[in-house]
Order: sequence, then structure tokens, then C-alpha cells
Amino acid sequence: MGKISILHPGLYSTIQDLGRFNFRKFGVPQSGVMDSYAAKMCNLILGNSEEKSVLEITQLGPKLKFLEATSISICGAHLSPKINNYAVQNNKLLQINKEDVLSFGKRELGCRVYLGIEGGFISEKIMGSFSWYKGITNHETLHKGLTLDYNTSKKQLFNRNASAKIDSEYLKIKTIEAYKGPEYNLLSSAQQKKISCESFQIDKNNNRMAIQLQELLKNSLKPIITGPVLPGTVQLTPSGKLIVLMRDCQTTGGYPRVLQLSENGIITMAQKVMGDEVLFELIEIK
Amino acid sequence: MSEQFPQIRPMGDRAILIDFKQIIDKNLLKTVLNYKEILEIELVEEKVEVINTYCSLLIIYSYTIENIYDAVLAVKACINSANIVKNTHSKLYHVPVCYDAEFGMDLDLISKEKNISIPEIIQLHTAPIYTVYFLGFLPGFLYLGGLDEKLKISRKETPRLKVEKGAVGIGENQTGIYPKTSPGGWQIIGNSPLNFFDKNTNPPCVILPGDKVKFYSISKKDYLEILEEVEEEKFQLKSEIYHG
Repeated sequence: MGKISILHPGLYSTIQDLGRFNFRKFGVPQSGVMDSYAAKMCNLILGNSEEKSVLEITQLGPKLKFLEATSISICGAHLSPKINNYAVQNNKLLQINKEDVLSFGKRELGCRVYLGIEGGFISEKIMGSFSWYKGITNHETLHKGLTLDYNTSKKQLFNRNASAKIDSEYLKIKTIEAYKGPEYNLLSSAQQKKISCESFQIDKNNNRMAIQLQELLKNSLKPIITGPVLPGTVQLTPSGKLIVLMRDCQTTGGYPRVLQLSENGIITMAQKVMGDEVLFELIEIK
Repeated sequence: MSEQFPQIRPMGDRAILIDFKQIIDKNLLKTVLNYKEILEIELVEEKVEVINTYCSLLIIYSYTIENIYDAVLAVKACINSANIVKNTHSKLYHVPVCYDAEFGMDLDLISKEKNISIPEIIQLHTAPIYTVYFLGFLPGFLYLGGLDEKLKISRKETPRLKVEKGAVGIGENQTGIYPKTSPGGWQIIGNSPLNFFDKNTNPPCVILPGDKVKFYSISKKDYLEILEEVEEEKFQLKSEIYHG
């Protein structure tokens, strides 16, 4: 078993996989990687199965020291990754030698970057998932002094030059694919027009649970009888605030659900930072 | 506008929403839970998870649904052919609550605002048999219906940053127990020494949608004793079959 020591934890880093399934009925959030596309690409490059756990890194990257040789991949946001202070690229298979240090620099594009490792991280599996979530797993975020464990299988990698042709366009676009939510039709035509024709800015309140938008949508809708919600549900509060629920969201809610992001919409949203503009593009069910 | 219930429609590309008549009613809950059970059996191959709230079901797929129309049709077929046999009994759990002033920090406020004595508040809160509609808000948080109208009170204008684990509260016409320490806006009237969520047991919750709950008042001394028994895993939660 290999170990990674955390020299610097970065802003907010967590171990995630594709999420917790079948425990929502007990009020347990789904969790899992915010950007499922980048995380899957990480595992693909390494020849891992897609459900292997990865490290989700937010905006400001950690500084990590690998105590054993392994292979890694970095996908998603562009945070100027470096190995032993030499710049390395996203979306490539990267060889790590014993004692190598991985660090990140300036944020160029996007919000969340994923670190994949050969064989996946070894972490406690609770309710069928490795995803860290306060109150469910013992760990909540990466912190100094913590060590991360990983598999050190001696298997021959199928391709030392593996890389994936990855479309990074989604890190730049502002359109967010969304379907009409269950209460969309209760909106006035002026509200419907505003929500699909005007841009909204990402508010400072944005995390794995929800991303709030700055501009208000004047609202006179009454709360609904508490109903089910899921990642991608866009709620409208009585004060007119739009709240985009993300992977760590609660399972039920009482605010009108005006939009429901597609999986692509969630992935695009996951890469936005405070101040970024988004524009909802209403799509029809195929 | 008259709508046909249940109403079945996609909610994005990973879920199908089924809305029943939008009311809070314990008889409707039985129908909702019956459909839930049928869907869980019928869709077992599809790797879905079905959750209920008061008057809705949500079927969540673990993947993006390729052909949503086919999926909706399959669910409709399932609902239409369902042979509903109404389950007329459920489990009734007896839950101990200490209504000591130390725990029930809002008892005074409710007493003054509602002009009801504290012993009367306790009597009104322990009398009903509450229905567990669903779990949500926090892991293990039970949405209980059946609160006495006289105890209906609005939430705190500014939520408390810290409500203790086990706190029993009232928010509008609902009552419930905080399964862990968290921020919260309900008026707090007592505390239960039981664990309502244990991540290390499967299932993590004992009390489930459709079950019934009745509270009984305990002294501080009993509270501490039960707390110890719970920690040593010796406490036996009293339950019985409930008809109706």
C-alpha cells in the first residue's frame, strides 16, 4: 500500500467516487464527484474502472508527497499542476517516483480538478461509497497531517503514453442545459422569459451542496408541500434567489423546483467559480 | 384545471417524478408507499432508487436514461397494472423524551405565546400517535405528521446555529427529532436519548416511512439511564403492531 502525505491541504479537497446509492430514503445525500466527466476521464487514462475513487480539488490545489512510485492523472479544471516544480499537463498519464511532490499553481480555467491514481485511493467505504461527507464518513476534507492510502499493484501499465482526447470546451461555456422543473409552469411568462434569456452570476455561496445565483427572480410563488429534490434541481426561494442543488444536496425540499439540469448541465455548473456567468438553455426531453 | 393523479413525468434525464394529489394525509401515504413497494419490485433490474415524500414518489436512476419515453411508459404500465392491497398495519414505536427545562429551551416561549401551561404542552405532545411520512433534511430526520393544532407554532425567525442531537422540536404543524447536532429553526421542547441514525448499521434507521411514533415523558434521571443503555447497545426500543 502506498501513502501520500499532505504537505498543504489546499482549499477544499475530498475523496469522491460516483456517489452513494440507495440510502437517500434515510435522508443520506448522494454525494460523489461534482464533475463526473472529468473524474471518469481520470480513471479512463489510468485504465481504472470508472467507479474508482479520485481526489476532488477545488480552486486552490494541495501539495502532496507520494511515498511510493505510482501513476496518476489530472483532469478537469486547469490549476497549473507541477511535479517537483516542473509543469505537467492535464489529461495525460503521469509517472510518479518515490518522494515526488505534486503541487498546483495559478487557476487558469474551471473550478474543480480531479486527481486519479492507479487502482484508486483506499478509503473507508460507508454505505457503498468512498465519497467523503460530514457525519457519514470519518473524514470531511483533506487536512495537514493526514495521509492518503493507495494501491501499489505491480501490474504493467497497458500504455505508458496513455492520454485521452478531452474536450475542455465545457470549462469555458456559459450555457447550462436544463429541463423544465416540476413547478416551471407556475412561473409567469415574464419569469419564464427571464430565467431562459438572461445571464445569472455565480454567488459567493457555492459549494458541493448548492450553488446560489446572484440576480433575483422576482417571485410570488408559494412554497410547495415538501417534495423530492436531486442534484441539478433549481429551487426558487421566496426572496427570489435561485439555488442550484449539487451532489451533496438534501433529499427533499419545500421551495418550487423551477428547473432540472441535465447531467451535462451539472458537469458544466460544477466548473463555475464565483462571478462566472451562466445562461440556462431550456432543452426538451429527448 | 383538473389533473389526473397520479401524474407521471420525467424530472431531468435521471429521474421520473410521480405526483399524487398534493395533500398531507395518512391514508394517501399508504397509497404512495404501496406504489413505492411495487415500483421497487418491478424496476429491480433497472438499478433505481425510489423515495417518497408526503404525496410524491421520485424514481432516481443511477445513470442517464437513454430513452425517457420508454422509461416513463414502463413506469405508467407498472402503476396502471398495480394491484393495490392496502396494508392496514404498521409498527408503532414508543420514543422516550425528556421535557426538562434544560432541554426544552423554548417551552417557556410556547407556553406564553399559546397560553398553555408546560405540563399541558407535554400532555398534548405525548398524546397523539404520529405518522412517519418520510426521512429527509438530515440523515435519519423523521417527518412526523399528526401534531395537535394547539401546538402549532412558527419556526424561529433566525435559526439556531446549534441544535443538540436528540432535540425534539416543533415547526409549524410538524414535529421531529434532530438525529445529530446541526443548525435548525424549530422550537425545541425536549430531547430524546435514542440514536435515530447509525451509519454503521444496515439499515441505518429503525423507524421508517409508514411507521407510527408515540412519545412518552421521562425524567432527567431516566434520560441519563437510557442514554447509558443506548451507548452500551442495551436499550430495547418498545414497539408493537399497530392497526389502522
